[in-house]
Amino acid sequence: MLGDSIDTDQIIPAAHLVYSMTEPEERRMYGRYACSGVPNDQAGLPEGGMPLTDPEAWTSDFRIVIAGSNFGCGSSREHAPFALQEAGIEAVVATSYARIFYRNAVDGGFLVPFESRERLIDQIRTGDDVVIDVPAGTLTHVSSGEVFLLNPLGDVADILRAGNVFEYARQAGFIS
Amino acid sequence: MGQTITQKILAQHAGRDRVAPGDNIWVDVDTLMTHDVCGPPTIGIFQREFGEDANVWDPDKLVILPDHYIFTEDPHARRNIDILRDFAAKHQLKHYFDVGTARYKGVCHVALAEEGFNRPGTVLFGTDSHSCTSGAFGMFSTGVGNTDAALIMGTGKIWVKVPETMRFVFEGTLPPWLMAKDLILSVIGDIGFEGGTYRALEFDGEAVFDLSMEERMTLTNMAIEAGGKNGIIAADQKTVDYVEARTDMPYELVTSDADARYIFEKVYDVSTMEPVVAKPHRPDNKASVSEVAGTKLDRAYIGSCTGGKFEDFLAASRILEGNRVQVDTFVVPASTEVSKQLREQTLGGKTLWQVFVDAGCKMGHASCGACLGGPVDTFGRTHGTEVVISTTNRNFPGRMGSKQSAVYLASPLTVAASALHGEITDPRTVLV
Repeated sequence: MLGDSIDTDQIIPAAHLVYSMTEPEERRMYGRYACSGVPNDQAGLPEGGMPLTDPEAWTSDFRIVIAGSNFGCGSSREHAPFALQEAGIEAVVATSYARIFYRNAVDGGFLVPFESRERLIDQIRTGDDVVIDVPAGTLTHVSSGEVFLLNPLGDVADILRAGNVFEYARQAGFIS
Repeated sequence: MGQTITQKILAQHAGRDRVAPGDNIWVDVDTLMTHDVCGPPTIGIFQREFGEDANVWDPDKLVILPDHYIFTEDPHARRNIDILRDFAAKHQLKHYFDVGTARYKGVCHVALAEEGFNRPGTVLFGTDSHSCTSGAFGMFSTGVGNTDAALIMGTGKIWVKVPETMRFVFEGTLPPWLMAKDLILSVIGDIGFEGGTYRALEFDGEAVFDLSMEERMTLTNMAIEAGGKNGIIAADQKTVDYVEARTDMPYELVTSDADARYIFEKVYDVSTMEPVVAKPHRPDNKASVSEVAGTKLDRAYIGSCTGGKFEDFLAASRILEGNRVQVDTFVVPASTEVSKQLREQTLGGKTLWQVFVDAGCKMGHASCGACLGGPVDTFGRTHGTEVVISTTNRNFPGRMGSKQSAVYLASPLTVAASALHGEITDPRTVLV
């Protein structure tokens, strides 16, 4: 669980933008440092002190990030959704997104950016189990049984379904 | 119903007479820009999708400007330059501005303007969020990631969702203690850091057209800090004069229709506005300088695409001339052209460069510098709990290097006045 305005400098600090994104020994660094820019007391709400990836690990124990408003604001660095993917994150659920991050996540096919209708960070704790039902558009908080509505994916569903923007563009005949 | 300038430019590049906000369209791209941090991964994706030996769609429309991690010993950062150099050589790219040569330019957004790549009526995409800067030239310009840039690199096209437009009108005469930075920080503070999300921010009014091109660039540069898709100012004679001095390539003057529809409009009277800062740790955390005056500082930083252009330094030098700074003050020209002008233009019989040196400033090489922290040996990067006042564009936690550091964003006048006293200082108290 993360807070509001988690910007791309927090998701992947600038000093780490130099590792290869293809060579295996280097690209795993992105997973290690994903969200390492989040101040410790804000990492893993409500208590903090729970970084996304342990400093000695390459991937996270978590699969879903739930956050507040304007997730991914700041820079256009695609390294941000990439780092989350490398850490093993499959989906982000936020109340709103910055547009370049959202677009990068979708076009690169790194993770699914869901929008929640309500503010979830006051109701769910880091470590809790949640289940996202994509066709139904819901997120269920297992321990409380509460079901939260997610906004429909809309226009980007086609790109996500194809895999990334290249696959989508080829299938739709925009590129050969 | 009429169209905004943004709608018109996008429609024209999608082969249509008109487009409406919300339309998803494919546009032809006039210019694709990338730099040393995002260029190599973009090239990697391009080669993966189109083939190792594929040609770029149009080598004359690709501009590669290394600028982020240049003056560093970090081997990975230096490797990125090698990748760019090899690619430029392989594709015989005219517009590659190589590090370690006379062609090296510095900050991409300032170089795009200086080298004549910003042309009214065109569409530019850059692998950098501050690509919105170029909108000051009456064009559509925005930032994208590596995947989208690779798609453009191979096809010359990209999909765009047409944005609604928010219109900001500045009336009146700008007082000498205010700069464009104060105006844009006020806008961002008023609409919030996501108030402009998915929207075009259009700037209008006599006070905007009184601004020089460099000051207009400061306005559009920070559109992204409010989440804006693009920032835009219609081109006028000043734009034409600037552009024609640098390129013979065609351009088109486009303006919003009188009956264009805006989702939001706000009018400001600049003659009544005050100098402002963005307090830690968000660019929309606006406060008037008078509210935070007296806050003790450890450092001042003058540089970046936002506040490292010649006129930014001219403003700062007027305050620092003949005085000594009381805190470490880093002066980082945005481009080699700016560096050159600092060494040639004079104030009170001294070059501006000498004014800064005599004031006790630390002088850096043209690049993005510490605006975004960068490798640990970056000039001006924070490492501890430094309280910094800066002419840069973001102040999220860790932005300039250290998570424990605190950054105030301000105009060059406010930063210079504050450097003089070692605490946040209203420029009105030092300007004569």
